[in-house]
Amino acid sequence: MKDLSAVGRTRPSLLRSIFTTDDRAIGIHYLLLSLIAVAAGTLLSLAMRTQLAWPGIRWPLHGPMLPEEYLSLVTMHGTLMVFFVLTTAPQSGFANLVLPQQIGARRMALPWLNALGFWIVALALIVLLSAFLLPAGGPIAGWTNYPPLSAIASAGPGQGGGMDCWLVSIGLFCIGSWFSAINVLVTVLSERARGMTLGRMPLTVWSWFVSSLLILLAFTVLFAALLLLFCDRHFGTAFFIPQGDWISGQVVGHGDGSPLLWLHLFWFFGHPEVYIAILPGMGLASSLFANFSRRPIVGYRMMAGATVLIGLLGFVVWGHHMFVSGMNPYAGTAFALTTMAIAVPSTAEVFSWLGTLWGGGLRRTTPMLFALGFLSLFIAGGVTGPILALPALDQYLHNTFFVVAHFHLIMAMAGAFSIFAGVYYWFPLMTGRLMSERLGRWHFWLSLIAAYGTFFPMHLEGLAGRPRHYAQVTGSTSSLASLLPMERGVTWAAFVLGAAQLLFLVNLLWSARRGALAGDNPWLATTLEWQPTHAPIRVERGPYEYHSGTSDADFTPQWETASQQE
Amino acid sequence: MPHVSTLCEFSLQSSWWMPPNAAAHGVAVDRLMRWDMAAMAACFLLANVLLVWLFLRPRRAPSAPSTWRVELVPLGLLVVLYIVMAVTAEHLWARGRFEGAAPAALHVEVVAQQFQWYFHYPGTDATYGASRPQLVNAALGNPIGLDPADQHGKDDIVASELVLPVNREVDLQLRSLDVIHGFFVPEMRLKQNAVPGATLHVHFTPIREGSYPILCSQVCGSGHARMQARMRVVSPSAYDAWLASRAKRVAQ
Repeated sequence: MKDLSAVGRTRPSLLRSIFTTDDRAIGIHYLLLSLIAVAAGTLLSLAMRTQLAWPGIRWPLHGPMLPEEYLSLVTMHGTLMVFFVLTTAPQSGFANLVLPQQIGARRMALPWLNALGFWIVALALIVLLSAFLLPAGGPIAGWTNYPPLSAIASAGPGQGGGMDCWLVSIGLFCIGSWFSAINVLVTVLSERARGMTLGRMPLTVWSWFVSSLLILLAFTVLFAALLLLFCDRHFGTAFFIPQGDWISGQVVGHGDGSPLLWLHLFWFFGHPEVYIAILPGMGLASSLFANFSRRPIVGYRMMAGATVLIGLLGFVVWGHHMFVSGMNPYAGTAFALTTMAIAVPSTAEVFSWLGTLWGGGLRRTTPMLFALGFLSLFIAGGVTGPILALPALDQYLHNTFFVVAHFHLIMAMAGAFSIFAGVYYWFPLMTGRLMSERLGRWHFWLSLIAAYGTFFPMHLEGLAGRPRHYAQVTGSTSSLASLLPMERGVTWAAFVLGAAQLLFLVNLLWSARRGALAGDNPWLATTLEWQPTHAPIRVERGPYEYHSGTSDADFTPQWETASQQE
Repeated sequence: MPHVSTLCEFSLQSSWWMPPNAAAHGVAVDRLMRWDMAAMAACFLLANVLLVWLFLRPRRAPSAPSTWRVELVPLGLLVVLYIVMAVTAEHLWARGRFEGAAPAALHVEVVAQQFQWYFHYPGTDATYGASRPQLVNAALGNPIGLDPADQHGKDDIVASELVLPVNREVDLQLRSLDVIHGFFVPEMRLKQNAVPGATLHVHFTPIREGSYPILCSQVCGSGHARMQARMRVVSPSAYDAWLASRAKRVAQ
């Protein structure tokens, strides 16, 4: 009998189950942490949307929202979502939940390091949120924290203690993520079952592997940048503060630093980071398309290759965030070309998915719905990528809401839909039960329509010239007041999007206790996390051996050997 | 407050597309934007219509479509599209940014600070006066820290609006006193950060008279959203008259 208890295989005491080194339990811990972060981040964004739709609205027990309060909401929203949701849930959460099983390992290679990584990330979240408790509030420079605004405490409210909280939190997050990434890399390299060659790994494993490599390299550079900025703030160095810099009536620049250095270091991390966030979702979508089309993924080798290629190219495109930053314009051309190049493997993956769906018979289960939603949103956000990659057009679109629309569709929404797909799909591994399909369908359709309703109009606002980080589009000096009706429309759509997530919460709570029992392999899947026993095996086949679209039974799971099959 | 009514004039006409172009290079930018947007919108629609069709059609036995047909041919077509987009856009970028302004261009320095734009004209001697951050004091009428000891600064004009003659190329040199700001004029199809510690140049030619908003496009602190100024493009004679009136004020 498979033990399906949420805390692991040995039913330990409460304390031991909290401080566990069991990978599946750590995976669930990560997912719960992301749930807290995503709830907080969503509430912050709804507060921002309320302010944008009804500028100056009075908040209960607070009064009107000040511009710096709006900016601290922006900063915290971005930081929570990028680090503690989109990096944490698909990478650390799902990998811990299923990666060891998917490669036929008994457990993660480095369980103590793994557990330590989780607790450091949890501490990072607490440190970040504590910035809100400070009298001056949270940091206001956006999640990218360009200096000198982020280097000088007097540059704005929240740039003192709030900014320090941000630096410490993200520093801790780097360390926790390294531990998690090292654990995944070692596990994939050394713990695979006999016969589980690289060419037989599910595409999810390929994604986690590549993402972990990206984390090791990218977060290292970010950590260095954080250290330098911390020294600039507290130890009198001037890595990022230029000579003669003058802030709030005082000359503060006594060294000879360069703000552009931060931009280079930050985006050298920042661009791979968006692939860390979305690659696991891409791998999961591949698996689900094969499973629910009942056919092998088109071009498995090409998909694995594209994943690796995207990871590699992801390190040479960072300058496309900096076309108008003062970077040499020749470098702008070079980064435009590398960025157009990375569009090629991404497009190849899309065609591979469409081809898989084309050739298969589609099962409309909730995980499949969310995987299809992922694909639709991935395309919607993807098509604006090659436009923003061109500096001649980016010199208009940069830092407008067009960019906000782009990355929310391709990273936030596609990312969130893949996370939902994963939760609906792997819920039986966590609880032994299936989530409600009826609630799931409502959740999906409402979310999909509201996601487009929220983020599609932002393209138009961006084209109209609406910059980011404005606490309002009205006011005596604003030329953007005609956008107010559209701001309101976006806000209403965002409310629907937020409300739809309540269905997901209800579904989680209800299904964990009352959901239909799942049985051994509810999705008739081929990959090893659905193996009914944990008996050691010798893998003899690839991850997606589905043979027929008409009969559900016609598939060969990876745990089946030639002798079993007759 | 005559300000408010004038500002309403340049409130954006339509919220469905870019505000009307007013710069020489903007004609090509707009054409490229239209074509590339149309191409990408077509890709989006095609893919999503296909997705909806795949979703709605009845369940069927899987076939084995040839990888060539479903994957490599469409991929090849899109690669060609990407190459065309990249080459056309890089031509445009190179024309605007690889070389500086022509020698006859009008020179104005843009000085950004939390949360103001100042425009520094070099005056009749065509040379900017030196400035030092220690001398910055807006209350005393020296918002960019001009050094009174420097003779070149005697005839300099510091304005809070950017007045430019139509149809003459202008070379803006941008700098910032404090944090990074973004100099963004939607109608000029132009954006460039102002970075403390650096002097950055952009050049363009306004081709239509009018009053255009200058926005800050890089978050710079609590007043980011209200860091706005005006660019007024006027006839050459009106520009000369404005310059003369400002020069007289400086001389007094």
